[in-house]
Amino acid sequence: MKDNKKQYWKGIEQLTNDPAFVKHADKEFSGDLPLGNEEGEGSSRRDFLKMMGFGIAAASLAACETPVRKAIPYVNKPVDVDPGIANYYASTYFNGGDYASVVVKTREGRPIKIEGNPDSKISQGGVTAQVDASVLSLYDDERLKKPQAKGKVIEWASMDKAIVSQLGSIAAQGGQIRMVSNTIISPSTKAIVEEFKAKYPTAAHITYDTISAYGIMKANEGSFGVKVVPSYDFSKANVIVSLGADFLGTWLSPIEFTKQYSKTRKLNKGKKNMSRHYQFESNLSLSGANADYRTAIKPSEEGAVIANLYNLIASKSGRTKVSAGKSIHPYINKAASDLLASKGKALVVSGSNDPAIQTLVNGINDMLGNYGTTIDLSLPLLTKQGDDAAMDSFIKEASSGSVKAVIFYNCNPVYNHPKGATLAKALAKVPLKISTSDRKDETAALVDYIAPDNHYLESWGDAEPKSGSYSFVQPAISPLFDTRQVQVSLMRWADRKDDYFEYLQQYWKKASGTSGIAFQGYWDKAVQTGVFELESSTSPSENTTAMDSLDVAIAPQETISTTVSNFQGDIMAAAASIAKSYKSGGSDYELALYHKIGLGDGTHANNPWLQEMPDPITKATWDNYVTISQKDAGTLGIKMFEGKSNMVKLTVGGTTLEEVPVLIQPGQAEGTIGLALGYGRSAAGKVATEAGGIDANPFIGTKNGGLYYAITKGLNVEVLSKEYQVAQTQTHQTYMGRENVIQESVLSEYKKNPKAGRYEPKISTWQAEDHKVDPSTLSLWKGHKYPNHHWGLAIDLNSCTGCSACTVACHTENNVPVVGREEVINRRDMHWMRIDRYYSSNAPVDDLRGLEVAAENPEVTFQPMMCQHCNNAPCETVCPVAATTHSTEGLNQMTYNRCIGTRYCANNCPYKVRRFNWFKYHDNKQFENTNTAMNSDLGKMVLNPDVTVRSRGVMEKCSFCVQRIQKGKLEAKKEGRRPTDADVNTACASACPADALIFGDMNNPESEISKFLNIKDIEGDYGIDKHVQEPRAYHVLEEIGVKPNVVYLTKIRNKEEEKKEA
Amino acid sequence: MQVESSLREPLVTGGKTVHDVTADICRQVEGKPTKSWMLGMALSLGVLSVGAYAVFMLLWEGIGVWGLNKTVGWAWDITNFVWWVGIGHAGTLISAILLLFRQRWRMSINRAAEAMTIFAVICAACFPGLHMGRLWLGFYWALPLPNTFGSLWVNFNSPLLWDVFAISTYFTVSLVFWYIGLIPDFATIRDRATNKISKAVYGALSFGWDGAAKTWMRYEAVALILAGLATPLVLSVHTIVSFDFATSVIPGWHTTIFPPYFVAGAIFSGFAMVLTLMLVTRKLFKLEDYITIYHIELMNIVIIITGSIVGVAYITELFIAWYSGVPGEQYAFFNRALGPYWWSYAAMMTCNVISPQLFWFKKIRTSIVSTFVLSIVVNIGMWFERFVIIVTSLHRDYLPSSWAMFYPTKYDLGVYIFTFGLFFTLFLLFAKFFPVINMAEVKSIVKATSEKKNDKVYGLGSREKAMEVK
Repeated sequence: MKDNKKQYWKGIEQLTNDPAFVKHADKEFSGDLPLGNEEGEGSSRRDFLKMMGFGIAAASLAACETPVRKAIPYVNKPVDVDPGIANYYASTYFNGGDYASVVVKTREGRPIKIEGNPDSKISQGGVTAQVDASVLSLYDDERLKKPQAKGKVIEWASMDKAIVSQLGSIAAQGGQIRMVSNTIISPSTKAIVEEFKAKYPTAAHITYDTISAYGIMKANEGSFGVKVVPSYDFSKANVIVSLGADFLGTWLSPIEFTKQYSKTRKLNKGKKNMSRHYQFESNLSLSGANADYRTAIKPSEEGAVIANLYNLIASKSGRTKVSAGKSIHPYINKAASDLLASKGKALVVSGSNDPAIQTLVNGINDMLGNYGTTIDLSLPLLTKQGDDAAMDSFIKEASSGSVKAVIFYNCNPVYNHPKGATLAKALAKVPLKISTSDRKDETAALVDYIAPDNHYLESWGDAEPKSGSYSFVQPAISPLFDTRQVQVSLMRWADRKDDYFEYLQQYWKKASGTSGIAFQGYWDKAVQTGVFELESSTSPSENTTAMDSLDVAIAPQETISTTVSNFQGDIMAAAASIAKSYKSGGSDYELALYHKIGLGDGTHANNPWLQEMPDPITKATWDNYVTISQKDAGTLGIKMFEGKSNMVKLTVGGTTLEEVPVLIQPGQAEGTIGLALGYGRSAAGKVATEAGGIDANPFIGTKNGGLYYAITKGLNVEVLSKEYQVAQTQTHQTYMGRENVIQESVLSEYKKNPKAGRYEPKISTWQAEDHKVDPSTLSLWKGHKYPNHHWGLAIDLNSCTGCSACTVACHTENNVPVVGREEVINRRDMHWMRIDRYYSSNAPVDDLRGLEVAAENPEVTFQPMMCQHCNNAPCETVCPVAATTHSTEGLNQMTYNRCIGTRYCANNCPYKVRRFNWFKYHDNKQFENTNTAMNSDLGKMVLNPDVTVRSRGVMEKCSFCVQRIQKGKLEAKKEGRRPTDADVNTACASACPADALIFGDMNNPESEISKFLNIKDIEGDYGIDKHVQEPRAYHVLEEIGVKPNVVYLTKIRNKEEEKKEA
Repeated sequence: MQVESSLREPLVTGGKTVHDVTADICRQVEGKPTKSWMLGMALSLGVLSVGAYAVFMLLWEGIGVWGLNKTVGWAWDITNFVWWVGIGHAGTLISAILLLFRQRWRMSINRAAEAMTIFAVICAACFPGLHMGRLWLGFYWALPLPNTFGSLWVNFNSPLLWDVFAISTYFTVSLVFWYIGLIPDFATIRDRATNKISKAVYGALSFGWDGAAKTWMRYEAVALILAGLATPLVLSVHTIVSFDFATSVIPGWHTTIFPPYFVAGAIFSGFAMVLTLMLVTRKLFKLEDYITIYHIELMNIVIIITGSIVGVAYITELFIAWYSGVPGEQYAFFNRALGPYWWSYAAMMTCNVISPQLFWFKKIRTSIVSTFVLSIVVNIGMWFERFVIIVTSLHRDYLPSSWAMFYPTKYDLGVYIFTFGLFFTLFLLFAKFFPVINMAEVKSIVKATSEKKNDKVYGLGSREKAMEVK
C-alpha cells in the first residue's frame, strides 16, 4: 500500500500554526465552557437544570409537609404569666385527714406540680404521695362539669332557688336538716356552717372521719376533760412504742410525724444516738417496717399487750396494776424497761379507735410524764374531729325517716362509712338530698341535687390544722368547669348573696382585728407564704412567722376547750372493758383492716398515679388483696410465685367475698389477714373501675362507740383453685445477703466503729504491694472532667421510711407514663425512681435457695433506687448510636431523639433503672383508662412542658431532673452568681418528708452534700475523683467500678447485738 | 486430571459419569417443580405469612407485644439472632476452610451449605432490626453515614456496632463466594437451556462464562482468594457476636471464654443444620450418590469435636464461677443450673453435650435416621444455649429487687416462625432454581467410568468391601 502523504488540515489555524491555536489544540472545544461562574453571564444550561432540580425537590418536599399548627400569642399578655416561666402559689391541701401546706407550681396558668411549703411548721415542706398526686385530680375528666338535679344538668341559679325554697319549707315545718361532712378545718367555713344553722334552726352538722380518731378524743375527754386529739412530738421521743399506729403512713399527721421521727433516726459525726422504736401490730405497716423491734400480734391481743405494758410500767411507778390477759410477746418487757429508762422522753401511741385502749395509753404516757414533752394537749390537732357516735345516730335518724333534708358536704358516707348500705336505703326516706361532691360518687348518685365543689386548686379558703396554726388556700387556676366552691353554695342556701372571697377577708379582718392597709399587708403576706402560725407557749423558739405584731390579735378560732386537767382517766373501768372485749387465743382467723399509703380512704381512687404507685410494703399496684402470713399460707397450701397465688373465699359473718386475691406477706401476724380499705369504688371513675377491688368498709365494726378496724371472730377462709396474679413491681423479697447492695448494722456497733456494717470490696491485682486495691482505683476508662458542676445524690437508708412520696413526685415532674395493671404484671412499670424493699432472711449466706425466703417477722430495709449516674457508665459504652452520653456535669444523659431502642443499655445497667417505651403510652386507646394524663386534652394539661413526652420505642430513665438543674443554673446566671443548694433540687429530694435524699453540687465545697458526705477531691490519673469520707457512705455494687454519683448511707438499727441475720 | 488412590473410597458413588453429574443436578432446575417441592413451598409460604403477621403487629404496636420486660431486655430476639448467625457458620467453614485444607469431600455439600449460610444470615439479620424500638430510624442510624444531624456519629465503643460490621462483611463475602462458585454451573444450565427465558436468565446470571482455560484459572484463583478472606471471617463473626455479652458487666455475660466457645458452638450448630437440610435434599432430589454416608459420617465427627469443645466450655464456666470467688458470678451459674430456668439449662446440657457423644458409635453416626434426629436435637440445644446465656443471666442479675421472669408471647414465637418461613422459602427457591451441588467441582472428583463396573459388582458406597477387594 502506498503511503498516504496527504495531510488534511482542520482549518486555516492549523496551517498557520499560530501559538493561540496550539495552546488549545488538545481540547475539544476552544476556550472554557460557559459555566455561569462569572458575573453577568446569565443563566446556563447547568443552571437551568440545577434550578429545575431544586424546584422539583422543593415543591415535592413542601407537599409532604405536615399541616402547620400556629401558636397564637397573647394579644394582651397577662401580667403574671410568662411563657416558659413557672409561677408558684402557696396553698393548702386537706383531704381525708391529711394536711399539708403546699406550693403549687403553675406553668402558663396550669398547675402542674405540688411541692411542700417549707414555711409550715406542721408539714415542714414535706408531702405525701397523695398530696403530690392531687394535682392530677384537677384534670380528672370525670369530675362533674355542671350542677345536676336528679341526674339532669341544671343552672346554678335555678338549683339555688329550688334548694332554698325546699329548705325553707322544711325548716318551717320543723323538719330536721342535717349537714354531713368529714372534718372541716377551715375556720371561715365553720362560721358559714354556723350561719347556715342559724338560718335553719333545725339544722345540725355531723362530722365523721373516714379514718377515725374518735377513740383518742373520747379517751382524752375521760382522762383530761378535753375531747381533742393532742399534738405529738416524735422528735423529742427517745423511745417510741406504737401499738398498731402507722404514724409514718396513715395515722393522724404522717408528714409531720415523719419529719419529727426522721430527726431522731439521723446519725452523723456529732450525733451518735437515735430513737428506739417498738411496734406491735398485725399487718406489716410502714411504721412497723421502720421499727427496731417489731412484734406481730393479732388484733384480739391488743388488749393484753397494752394492759401488760401498763402493768409493767405501773409496777415501777407505784400505781395499781390492772387485770391483764397473758401476753407472751418478748418485746413487751424490753419496751417497758426502755420506756421507764427515758421517762418524759418517751412516747406511746396506739392506732386503736377503742377509747378503752386509748385510756390505758394515756395512763402509760401519764406515768412516764410524757404530757408536756412529747404530747401536747394544749395544742390539739384539729384534722380529726369526727364523732363516730353522732354519725351512727344520724344514720339511725335517717333510717327512721325523721331527717327531712341532708347535705353531704364533700363526703361519701355511702361508700366509706361501714353503715353506708343502711344509709343508702335510708336516703330514700329523705325528701331533700344534696351533695357537693365533685363527681357522681356512690353517695351523690343517690341525691337530688349535686352542687359540684371546685378542686382545691381552684378554691379560696383557710385552714387551722392545729390550734394556733393557720394556713390559706388560694386558687392556682380559674375553675375549669362550671363548678362552685362549696362555701359559696352554703352561703347561697343560707340566703347570702355575697362572695366567699370577700367573706373570707371579712372573717380574717374581724379575727385579726385589723382593717385597711394593715389588714391588706397581713393578708397578702399570709396568702403569699401560705401559712401563719401563732407563737406557741411550748415552742417559742421555733416560730418563723414575721408578723409578731399581729399574732397577739389572733386568738385560736376553735371553740374546743383547751383547759387541760391532770390525768383522771378511769383505768380500772377501761381495763375491765378491755378484758371483756379482747379475748385472745381464739383459733379463728382475724381480719385486720388498714389504709394504704397510696390510696388512703379511697377518695383518690380515680388517680392513676396513686393506683400505680407501688405499695411501700407489698410493692403491689392497682390491686386489692388479702395479706396472709407465710406460715398460714403453708397451712392453707397457698404458694406464691411472681405475685401469682390461689384466690380465697372469705366469709365474714353473713358476708361472703368470692374470689379474693391473696398476697403472702412476711411479717403478717400468724392467724391474721390484712385487707385494705379504699378499694371497690363503684362510682369514682374509669381509673377506679379499672382498679376495682373489694370494698372492705362494711367490715368495719364498732367497739366502745368507736369504729373498730378489725374482725376477730367468725372469719372463714377457703382456698380456691383459681389463681390470680397481683401486679407487683418487685417480686423478690430478700437481698440475698448481698452486702454490695444493702449494708447495715446496729447502733452499738456503729458507736464503736462508724464504719460498722460497711462492706469494702477489694480487687486483686499484681500492681499493689498487698495485691489488693480499691475498685475505684482501677479503670479502663480515662474518666471525665467536671470543670463546673458535679451533681450527686446522697441517700440515707436510715432516714428513708419508704413512704414513696418521691416516686409520685418523680412521676409528676418527669411525665412518666402510667401503664396499668396488665403491664405492671408484665413487669414494665415505668417508674424512674423506685424504692426497693428488702426483707431479711434467716438462712445462712451460703444457702442460696433459703435466702430467697424472707424471715417470718423480717427486718425491712428500703432502698430508693434510680439512675446512679455512673462516671463509668456501662450503658454509655454499649449504645450503638451514642444516644446516652455523659455530661460535663456528671449526668448520664438520655437523648430520646437519638435512641433507636436496642435496649442494650438497659441490659447492661447493673441497677436496672432504665425504662423502655414498650408501647406508645400517649394518645393510645389501650392506655385510655390508666394513663389519663396523656390520653386526653384535659389530662395533658398536667404534663410538665419542660420534659419531653417520650415516643414509642425509646429508652428513658432518671435525669437527675436536668430541667430543674438547668433552670437553677439560669436563675443564678441571671443574677450573676454561682448556683447554690437553694437553686437546684430534684423532685424526689424536695418531696421527701424524711429528708433522706440530699442532692447537690459535689464540686461546691459549701453545698450540703459536700459537707454531708465529707467529700475530698483526689487527683486521679485523668481527672479529679470524688472521695467520700463519710464512714457510713457506700456505693451500691462498688466492686464493678462503675463509680456512681449516687451515694448510700448504711442502715443502722437501734437493736441489741444479735446473731447477724443475712 | 485428578489422580485418586484406588484405595480411597470414591467420594461420588454410583459410578457417575461427568454427564451423569450434569444430568442429575440439572434435572431439578430444568424439570417441572415436583409435588413435594410444591408442598414444601406452600408450607413455607404459609409459615412465612403467619410470621409476617407477627412482624406486622410488632412494627405496628411496638416491642411490647413481645414478652420482654424492664429486667429482661433481650430474650428470643437476640437468642434467635445468635442462633441463626451460628447456623450461618457452617457454609463458609465448609467451603473456605475445607477448601484451604484441600478436603475434597466438601465439594458435594458446599453449595447448599453456603446457600444455607446466606439465608441463615438473612434470617439472623432480621432480629437486630426487628428488635429495635425504632427500626425506621435505627436501620440507618446504626451506620456511620455522614449526616446533617450536627456532629452525630455512631459509637464505635459499642459491640452492637461491631456486629453491624461483622455481619455485613460476612454476608457480603459469603454472598460473593457463593455466587462466584455458581457461575460455571449457571453457564452449564444456560448451555442446556431449551427455552428462551431460561437461556436469558441463566445467561445473565452466568456473566458470560465461556469455559476457557484462562477463565477457569481465574475462577480458581478468585475462589482461593475469597476462601482466604472468608476464613478469618468464620472466626471473627461469632467472636464479635460474643462480644455483645463478653464486654458487658452482667454476671454470666462478662466472661472471656465467650469467643472460642461461641465459634465452636456456631460450627457445631451450623454442621447440624447442614445435615438436617442435606439429608432432606438428598432424599428428595435423589442425590444419594453425591452426598454419601461418608459425608454424613465426616460431618458427624465434626459435630462430636465441636460438641465436646462446647461441653468443655460449659464446665469451664462453672469451674471459673466457683474459682473466681465472685458471689455475683457464682449466683449467676447457680441460678442457671438450679434456678427457675433450670429446665432450659438441662435441655442445653442434654442436647449439646450428651447427645453428640452418641456419634462415637459408628452405627449411630452412619445411620441416616439417627443423624437426622440428632442434628435437630443439636440445634434445639444450641437455641437453648443462647436462651440460657441471655435470659438466665439477665433475669436475676445484681439487684434482687429487679429480678423477674420472662414469658414469651405468641409474637415472640411468631417472629421466630417468620424467619423459619423466610429461610425455607429461600432455600426451596434455591433448591429449585439453582444447582444444589457444585457440578463443576464435583466433576473433578468423579472417578473414571471403569469404576461403574466395580460398583455394579460390589454394590453402592460400601467402603469396606471395596477395600477388601483391592
